[in-house]
Amino acid sequence: MSTLVARMAAAPPRRRAILPGAALAGLALAALAALPVAADAAGLPFLVVIATRMMIFGLAALSLDLVLGYGAMVSFGHAAFIGLGAYAVGILDAHGIRDLAVQAPVAALVCALFALVTGAISLRTRGVYFIMITLAFGQMAYFFMVSLAAYGGDDGLPLAGRSTLFGMRLIEGDPALFYAVLAVLAVALLGLRRVVASRFGRVLRGSRDNAVRMQAIGVSPLPYRLTAYVIAGAIAGLAGVLLANQAEFVSPAYMSWQRSGELIVMVVLGGMGTLIGPVMGAAALIALEEVLAHYSDHWRLGLGLMLVAVVLLSRGGLAGLAAKLGRRA
Amino acid sequence: MLNLFLIQALNGVQLGILLFLVAAGLTLIFGVMDVINLAHGALYMIGAYLAATLTAATGSFGLGLLLALPATLAFGLALELLVIRHLYGRDHLDQVLATFGLILILNEGVRIVWGAAPMSVPVPDALSGSLHLVGTLHYPLYRVAIIAAGLATALGLHLLVNHTRLGMRLRAGASNGPMVAALGIDIRRLFLVVFGLGAMLAGFAGAMVAPILSVDPGMGDSVLILTFVVIVIGGVGSVRGAFVAGLLVGLADQLGRTFGPILLRSVMDASAASQTGRTLAPMLIYILMAAILFFRPSGLFPARGSR
Repeated sequence: MSTLVARMAAAPPRRRAILPGAALAGLALAALAALPVAADAAGLPFLVVIATRMMIFGLAALSLDLVLGYGAMVSFGHAAFIGLGAYAVGILDAHGIRDLAVQAPVAALVCALFALVTGAISLRTRGVYFIMITLAFGQMAYFFMVSLAAYGGDDGLPLAGRSTLFGMRLIEGDPALFYAVLAVLAVALLGLRRVVASRFGRVLRGSRDNAVRMQAIGVSPLPYRLTAYVIAGAIAGLAGVLLANQAEFVSPAYMSWQRSGELIVMVVLGGMGTLIGPVMGAAALIALEEVLAHYSDHWRLGLGLMLVAVVLLSRGGLAGLAAKLGRRA
Repeated sequence: MLNLFLIQALNGVQLGILLFLVAAGLTLIFGVMDVINLAHGALYMIGAYLAATLTAATGSFGLGLLLALPATLAFGLALELLVIRHLYGRDHLDQVLATFGLILILNEGVRIVWGAAPMSVPVPDALSGSLHLVGTLHYPLYRVAIIAAGLATALGLHLLVNHTRLGMRLRAGASNGPMVAALGIDIRRLFLVVFGLGAMLAGFAGAMVAPILSVDPGMGDSVLILTFVVIVIGGVGSVRGAFVAGLLVGLADQLGRTFGPILLRSVMDASAASQTGRTLAPMLIYILMAAILFFRPSGLFPARGSR
């Protein structure tokens, strides 16, 4: 009860929040759109590649947040959807179907179906069970791809080239891919903002905050949770489509369970239950990887120490830290 | 054919016993402490590395194994005091993040201390032969020893959990932790004991497989996931469930890999059967888990009282 009051008190007044938010988003979009030009002028073209990677993982982390932040379901198998989306591109490519108009819907559909089946089973359970089961299903998809020798198996599968869109080779260059990813991310952000604000989103958050009360007022949380899980899976599949195109290579490593863990870290560090937070978290983690990996092969040690320290030193966990920072801002 | 079946069944039992040793500690940690510990597989890895190093240092596998046990126990206790202790009562997500961080630290730490190349431990001379079972069937003596040691440990755990005061507290903790604390049991010490015991069991399993598997920095991760499957099937907090589920998973995995393609050959042609079989076999245990959960969402032997 007290947390509910605190949350209501902490919520900013609506009318004042909208305008600066929109202005800020527009500014960020403009700055991002100028990045390829600026990077080219500065002679640092690899920045575009890194920024594209950040946005692709931002998209995946954003989709995970719908499950984790808005639905309070700790899914530890989200990387499987990225991998399945990437393999949809890879396998279609191997059969000569190289158009996004086919690849993207197939990827989204495959991921949605996988999410529907595994979600229906996983969501029968809660808490620790749910974490372990989603992890296990993620590993199942991983081992399936590892043993799929016809499509590269453990070694992965190189693409013949980047995908076309309606026969046009639109995303050949890195700047073009950057703009394509930016557009997808912006559409996903706007779309999810509407989803979260809708009745569906309110029921999802209501079930997160108090599932018993939701049931008492006559709403069963399960179909809403499952729908959120399926939507998140499909969006992560699209992130996989983009990732496959950036690397022009598909590998089971995309769906390893460490990747799923990293996605959770992105969401939590960036801010659960917000839309832009996970995107920022993804950007921060990839930037950290780039910097730490530059200094040492053992950069994962630094990341691990940081994670343990953040959790141990912040009273009430990361959520508490985020709330504290939010109150200060 | 029968020989092949028996060999694979024995391999399955051996894998199942190992999974049980890792899962028994972890299921108690989940059940009694309500902490999700992703770093449990890393303890298995630490056990294997310590056994490998101590074997090389003492020149005797038996001595190395014997010394590795208290060393893993000490490592587990230190881990509990330094990190895990602060995670009780926290959000599951916090526990996931902190123990995920621990995995990164331990895997990378092992790589720094022992290097990325796999280490190998020779099978001890006394156990290097093979045992004659029936007919023409022979089975490596060392694997028989693993099964025997695992069964002895299982029996010891059964006695500990069901016939001692400590075991009574463990079972009470798994069924209703707050009530145990309210009745005046020092729950912190109980937690420390549970974690140390779990670490030692995982380390024991790691030390025992060191001679038959390569000891490398990622070895804990694959075991961790299989252990999760075992715990989910067996029911969180139930040592008996972990035993049954461990054997089930071990047998399903080993028999599925060999006989899946053979069975499929009766419905499709040989090359397609071996291809499909090879692809489906690693998924078999996850399908098994999904099927069991569909009918019993809290596993075969749920320890926690219904709430």
